[in-house]
Amino acid sequence: MTEPALLSVEGVAVDLPTPRGNLRAVDRVDLQVGAGRTLGVVGESGCGKTMLSRAILQLLPKKAKLSGRVMFDGRDLASLDPESLRKLRGRSLAVVFQDPMTSLNPVLTIGTQLIETLQEHLELDSHAARQRSTELLAAVGIPAPEQRLTQYPHQLSGGMRQRVAIAIALSCEPKLLIADEPTTALDVTIQAQILDLLAREQRRRHMAMILITHDLGVVAGRTDEVAVMYAGRVVERAPTPALFKKMRMPYTEALLAAIPKLDAAPHTPLPAISGRPPDPTRSLKGCSFSPRCRYAAGSCYQEKPALAGSDAPDHQYACFHPIGAAAGIHA
Amino acid sequence: MFGFVARRLLYLVPVLVAVSLLTFLIASLLPGDLAYVILGDQATPDKVAALRHDMGLDQPIWWRYLSWLGHVLEGDFGRSFRTGQTVLQAVSERLPVSLELMFLAELGALAIGIPLAIACAVRSGSAFDRFMTGSAFSMLSMPAFLSAILLIYLFAVELRWLPATGYVPFEEDPIGNLRCFVLPALTLALGEWPVLMRVLRSDMIATLQEDYIAMARAKGLKPSRILLVHALKPSSLTLVTVTGINIGRLIGGTVIVESVFALPGIGRLLLGAIYTRDLVILQGVVLFVACGYVLMNFIVDMLYAVLDPRIRHGHA
Amino acid sequence: MATLELTIDDDVAVITVRRTRRLGSLFWAAIGWLIFVVAAAALAGLLPLPSPTDMDMLDRRAPISALHWLGTDGLGRDELARLVYGARISLTVGLCAPVIGITIGGALGMLAGYFRGRFETTVVGSMDVLLAFPPLILALAVTAYLGQSLLNLTCILGVLGIPAFMRVARATTLSLARREFVIAAQALGATHMRILLRELLPNVMLPLLAFFLLGVAVTIVVEGSLSFLGLGVPPPISSWGSMIGEGRESLEIAPRLAFIPAIAMFLTVLSLNLVGDTLRALTDPRQGAL
Repeated sequence: MTEPALLSVEGVAVDLPTPRGNLRAVDRVDLQVGAGRTLGVVGESGCGKTMLSRAILQLLPKKAKLSGRVMFDGRDLASLDPESLRKLRGRSLAVVFQDPMTSLNPVLTIGTQLIETLQEHLELDSHAARQRSTELLAAVGIPAPEQRLTQYPHQLSGGMRQRVAIAIALSCEPKLLIADEPTTALDVTIQAQILDLLAREQRRRHMAMILITHDLGVVAGRTDEVAVMYAGRVVERAPTPALFKKMRMPYTEALLAAIPKLDAAPHTPLPAISGRPPDPTRSLKGCSFSPRCRYAAGSCYQEKPALAGSDAPDHQYACFHPIGAAAGIHA
Repeated sequence: MFGFVARRLLYLVPVLVAVSLLTFLIASLLPGDLAYVILGDQATPDKVAALRHDMGLDQPIWWRYLSWLGHVLEGDFGRSFRTGQTVLQAVSERLPVSLELMFLAELGALAIGIPLAIACAVRSGSAFDRFMTGSAFSMLSMPAFLSAILLIYLFAVELRWLPATGYVPFEEDPIGNLRCFVLPALTLALGEWPVLMRVLRSDMIATLQEDYIAMARAKGLKPSRILLVHALKPSSLTLVTVTGINIGRLIGGTVIVESVFALPGIGRLLLGAIYTRDLVILQGVVLFVACGYVLMNFIVDMLYAVLDPRIRHGHA
Repeated sequence: MATLELTIDDDVAVITVRRTRRLGSLFWAAIGWLIFVVAAAALAGLLPLPSPTDMDMLDRRAPISALHWLGTDGLGRDELARLVYGARISLTVGLCAPVIGITIGGALGMLAGYFRGRFETTVVGSMDVLLAFPPLILALAVTAYLGQSLLNLTCILGVLGIPAFMRVARATTLSLARREFVIAAQALGATHMRILLRELLPNVMLPLLAFFLLGVAVTIVVEGSLSFLGLGVPPPISSWGSMIGEGRESLEIAPRLAFIPAIAMFLTVLSLNLVGDTLRALTDPRQGAL
């Protein structure tokens, strides 16, 4: 990656004021996504991955405080005025939200919701916009697209709605698509279809994509790079193949173990990660995963490990006792 | 959609029958014999008995109800024994005035309430929002006749901008007609907007938290489109219901306002009938107003279906 | 983002607490005004006031003076005395009518919500019919037939309040009847009577009482409207509404005569709404604060 990245998140932190004190939802995150590349962001609920995506989109709650820089296409989104930001959103920076049941407006037709985006950003007359909407719906695999334009979201199934949401996101040929848990709210049988659709369109349009998920299995074959988040921080980052070949951070290992396996014997207990994520309003002195980590010892409780690489140049992790290196002591 | 309308229409029938029955019972069971009222000073037992017989008042009550209902269904609501005018004539003469008043009042209330609600919802919790919610709350405690007097005092007595009372027909002088509706309509609007504003504001605040609003912002739509199309439409369901519920209050307010500002509408007809004890007109007007009220609520229900496609398609 | 949502909820709760605390001073001011008005009305006979009906044709529309603290009206009657005695009428009707509503409506609502079935359908249906009439129109019509008297007025306004109280009582009973303590009482073999009176009534009472204050406010307004139109309390009794109605005639010469009772009425209704709304918000967990 010698060319400048399309999106570069530099030291981004999000603070939310709460009555119990300041909540640091995202803690100094650095990420890069090159044009046409895919990045998977993985972590359990509450780890700050959604806040991170909202920070990139500049759609944080009013009270939230953002620090750091979000460089997109050579411009810092955090310092853009609302009008330039608005022209960027939907045009070159698009998003697919988690729940298609709530992300489409229930009282507007599918057609309206598609066409308004097209007409906002591209100079299309209503006939051309309609034409293109039909093509888009067909492209995301919706049968009888012409009829769908006049239907309302509640007349479509969850999977179909998510396809509509994807069609809206793709409508103006964005340079970057953020998919925030796009399949979590869907039936298992639909999930793979939607993910494959996203991957296919991403390749076809040569668009960069950030795929946010809690499921390491989802990012496995579909991303170039993976960042694992825990308690607001990136704790491990590596090219996807390297990560799955040799994961170093105990948390990543625990996440992978928590995926149910199809070939496991019936009634095998699922290895859940014990305990809960730390209270984000109270900053922990040591590594934030230390209370739940089975390798934790000594320095883990005293100071935070920095995100640093060691053997492989692209593989970074924040751990004092990475798996493999410390195996002799703990195994 | 058709099934929805049919179901609602079917429900209207028993309600309307019950309304007619109650109207009839109020007029028939409560003391105040029509024959005595008509004869006044000349009421002797013989004359009263004769008149009662002529008017069918000596028939059994259920028979009287059915024959009255039969007449009503044929469009014969009765005839005033004082002016000789039929109820239908009197009502159709006065109705346009009351409808114009209510329409202008509702328009005014929406014109004040909706922008304020949106402005408050966008800046919820700000000083502006707190001030407006406070004002709306105090305005709710202001009965129509208080605002009427206040407005007359300000605009007619002190500033002399507008007429305090009087009515000019629209055909004669459209501007003058509108001028004499300003204060009456404003009086009613002052009582209405706080209700509309409070309801819309809280719905709007909830809607603005929805994912589809975040989605609309992520699509790069203009703020005006997000507020007016994406947020206002789904937020206006309760507003429509409340408008419907409030029609009853509005009709009551119309009676007072027409009396204060001397507008020749249904309300004044009703009051006049009460003052002169013209019981036939009274009964007819009450029945008419109640039926109109029931029908207006029906229309509001229909509006609901127009606004929310989920109801229209029977997913509610 | 379970953790985040939890914290944001806490945040809302704190705002709510702060808001009720901020409403605190207003709330107590409203209580203070209500106590003041009720005390003045109750003790009207003991206060050193001139008679509210004594006319003095030589001293008509007198300005504010040491003799007449609020001046005199168009017939030379002392305005302050009329205001205090008017409060008596407005408050008597305003308090007694909702008592009728809360008793009948509350009982009907509890029975409907507890026994359900055909009884509930009948009650709700007949309330729908009562609600099919604009309240003021019904009140006007019934007064026209019954004739004007304080008792008639109170009864009519009381009946008009029944549907609203019925709805509150029924809704509360419906949600309570499924709760553990009622089911437990049923399992222990308690009679319907016992469950209704011992288990349900104390719980239904609280929201009903909060609603009662709002009912008082509405009644005062409707009574005022009727009296303003000259169809409320019969003369020479005067309530605030009829005083405002009379004051309207002399709006150009002595606006004070309309505005003094108007302000008294507005403040009273506002206080009742404020207190009632706060209590309702406290007793209704779904509603949260205002």
